[in-house]
Amino acid sequence: MKFFDKIATIDRRIIYLALGIVVLVPVIFKLVLPIRVSEPVRDAYNSIDRLQDGSVVMVSIDYDAGSEPEIQPMLLSILRHCFAKHHRVIMTGQWALGLPFGEIAMATVTAERNRAARTPADSVLYGRDYVDLGYRPGQRALMVGLGREFRDFFAADYRNTPVDDLPLMRGVHNYSNIDLLVGLEAGNSGDEWIQFAGARYGVKIIIGATGVIAPDMFHYMQARQIKGLIGGLQGAAEYETLVSHPGTGIAGMVAQSWAHLLLLGFIVLGNVGYFVMRRRAQS
Amino acid sequence: MMHVIGTWIAAGLTLAIFSFLYKDNPFYKFAEHLYVGVSAAFAILYTWAFDVYPMLIDRFQLERGAERWILLVPTVFGLLMLTRWFPKVSWLSRWAIALTVGIAAGLGITGQVQGILLPQIAGTLLPLTSANNIILIVGVIATLVYFYFSVAQKGAVRLGSRLGMVFIMVAFGASFGYTVMARISLLIGRLHFLVFDWLHLVK
Repeated sequence: MKFFDKIATIDRRIIYLALGIVVLVPVIFKLVLPIRVSEPVRDAYNSIDRLQDGSVVMVSIDYDAGSEPEIQPMLLSILRHCFAKHHRVIMTGQWALGLPFGEIAMATVTAERNRAARTPADSVLYGRDYVDLGYRPGQRALMVGLGREFRDFFAADYRNTPVDDLPLMRGVHNYSNIDLLVGLEAGNSGDEWIQFAGARYGVKIIIGATGVIAPDMFHYMQARQIKGLIGGLQGAAEYETLVSHPGTGIAGMVAQSWAHLLLLGFIVLGNVGYFVMRRRAQS
Repeated sequence: MMHVIGTWIAAGLTLAIFSFLYKDNPFYKFAEHLYVGVSAAFAILYTWAFDVYPMLIDRFQLERGAERWILLVPTVFGLLMLTRWFPKVSWLSRWAIALTVGIAAGLGITGQVQGILLPQIAGTLLPLTSANNIILIVGVIATLVYFYFSVAQKGAVRLGSRLGMVFIMVAFGASFGYTVMARISLLIGRLHFLVFDWLHLVK
């Protein structure tokens, strides 16, 4: 019975230590699992893949440091996919503190592309192939206003270059010039893109969301209000698999699985301890 | 060199935050306060660089006629918001709050109806031709019955309500499962950073 007393009052620091070990071991030994791609992630991939070459994809960075491990791998994979398909990317964000992550990802992927480029046409250039508009406040009002004219909110880009000086932006005035919107969400901005850009202006949307947000996005997927959904680090790993570029998503899946098994074990142990102690108290 | 310094600072702060798992301590407090301070400074900078300057000052210089002078309206309302710091005239801030609440309510109502209610009803009107569709429709009806309080919860209504509660619990469970996955992902991200980028234990 002492055993059950102990597991019912187990020190939380032991749980943290066990969790740290089961996460750290697969990360150090680079263990990987085969990844099965789910339908919502494949739909998101197909939404980008089936666009005509040179389409305009708008990416909204709606997360910050607290969600970076989950969403940054999605952003990297999506950018790699977009540039591989020669799509043009307009980056913006509803979270001011998230913009540097967009810049970092864009710098990483464009550097990769330009290193591998054999002709000038293969390279990706700022202003021609991608633009970072930066952040403006207003959220809902901004989303509605972009349906009228981007320049009402973004007269200049993130680097303070007038948008009309950027070749990519010359033909972009409102949502009718955007072929796909990718919302990378750690909060409620995804709901608002769906309500104000999707429902009102008919913009095609795919969502990449943290694990906390993803369950609230499935009803949009079911009602076809979004064309695809990438949920959590698992979703990021699936997208990395689809673009054949393993990253931190795939690297984290064994750790994720082991951690889940450990937590299940603790839940079972805790319940066994609880019921044994309750029975003992009753008798 | 700057990258190395940045990595060491980030690693040190990560370990300082992790130290809270053992118990509260000055390293954790330092990292916590630093994070709050840096975030606040960053937000002030962004508010100026991406809001006040381009949307007000720059635009005031560029625009002509009514487009220019109408900018004074949000400027005045914005300044009224600051009256909250002065108790004698703090009531003026309510005008600015009333404006923002009015805009948010107007946008919110249209967004909810056009963007959620109608498309979701349309998405629920499905033929009962597959197990998924049947589960979905039964789940929606049972959950609505659970929140229907105009009749006593007896007989068929009670049964429907109980079934609705089961669906709600399953939804909570799925949501919690995803939340656990999200939190573990954050731990994986930080440990990955420590092992690969800081310690270079693995290439």
